Amino acid sequence: MTRKNVWFAGLATPLMITMLLLAGSTSVTANDQPSAAPPAVKIDNFSFGPQTLTVPVGATVTWTNSDDIPHTAVSTEGVFKSKVMDTDEKFSYTFTKGGTYPYFCSVHPKMTGKVVVQ
Amino acid sequence: MLGKKQDLIDQKLQDLNNDGVDRRGFLKCMAWAGTGLVWTLSGGIPVSRAFAKSHDRSAGKGADFSFVQISDSHIGFNKPANPDVTATLQTAINKINAMPHKPDFIIHTGDLSQLSKPSEFDTLDQVLRGASAKQIYFVPGEHDMLTDNGEQYLKRYGKGTKGTGWSSFDHKGVHFVGLVNVANLKAGGMGSLGHEQLEWLEDDLKGRSASTPIVLYAHIPLWNIYPDWGWGTDDSEQALSYVKRFGSVTVLNGHIHQIMQKIEGKVSFHTAMSTAFPQPAPGTAPSAGPMKVPADQLQRVLGITDVNYLVSGRSLAVVDSPLGDLGSSAPGDGGPGGS
Repeated sequence: MTRKNVWFAGLATPLMITMLLLAGSTSVTANDQPSAAPPAVKIDNFSFGPQTLTVPVGATVTWTNSDDIPHTAVSTEGVFKSKVMDTDEKFSYTFTKGGTYPYFCSVHPKMTGKVVVQ
Repeated sequence: MLGKKQDLIDQKLQDLNNDGVDRRGFLKCMAWAGTGLVWTLSGGIPVSRAFAKSHDRSAGKGADFSFVQISDSHIGFNKPANPDVTATLQTAINKINAMPHKPDFIIHTGDLSQLSKPSEFDTLDQVLRGASAKQIYFVPGEHDMLTDNGEQYLKRYGKGTKGTGWSSFDHKGVHFVGLVNVANLKAGGMGSLGHEQLEWLEDDLKGRSASTPIVLYAHIPLWNIYPDWGWGTDDSEQALSYVKRFGSVTVLNGHIHQIMQKIEGKVSFHTAMSTAFPQPAPGTAPSAGPMKVPADQLQRVLGITDVNYLVSGRSLAVVDSPLGDLGSSAPGDGGPGGS
């Protein structure tokens, strides 16, 4: 091995070890309770992101319109119906029952999404 | 000189009558007749090129009346694509008022407001009051139905209409039908006319002579321009089947904020520019929506549509004009320079 290679190998090894340790710690975290960030749907470019959002029973989902056009979030089964959201406006709904809740934007009906509550 | 032009026009219109309703032939005739239409064939589809100078109709013998279509004023919109949509609407009205021939009326094909707010409708009314054409017909866009299923819109603009705001009227032998395809929209769908309105339409057209020119106007396009972006109407096929027997059908739409045209047999479809902001061509952007252009180009991508009815040919000529010319930040006044 050249000196360069040796140097590299010397550096790489502790790096690899560090990364393995970090990876290990990350996987431990993943097994814990879901992260504290509240479930959210971002509306942008005429789409809901994520299109399918999975949340636990009792979760409150907040839609935020980041598009430059107003949108709504309306359940196809009549479960919830937001007021029109202009840019930066929000709508929240708390899902008290498990199930699948398809919804769409009543202004631009091609925009569809789904909240899965389990 | 004028006499020769008159003869030419008469000759061409006579040819038209002899040929029957032949749209391609008619369009060629119109270009020669000098009424100011500049049509070119692009991929077999006639395309109107906007011209700076309003045509002088006094030379166009046989031209019966004209009306203007404006669309998508979106009063209340204030984002970078156009921070002052009220001013550009005013420009459009000024342009209409300055036309050498006075339009008999104006048709607004929807999205009057941005958020269905009373203040937005108030502002729109204020600007429209300055139009010299006092009769204005409306159909709502989806932006006019946002807060109350269109109750406010109907209260202000729904006089004489049925259901969600549809209606028909006759003007100098032409039958106009305003349709609403922005109510009760279904998830995953596009524009929708609905059963009740379709029944009404079939009944409305029944018994009319097939030589009656028909003009249908609605907000969302009545043909499938780009379904991915909702640019179409799910049940328009049925509506179009009712007008198939007529000799001349013109469909005027808005919603997409750009000019698109299609001719299918005796039906010509046309979408208008917005007076507020342009939108991208289908598939050229991640989504539809306001498209920002350099400030000195804004007046070029906003516009009005002038529709001329020529009684001899029983056909309508559709001409789009931008609000201004390239490089102008002030409204265009129909000065020299072409498109």
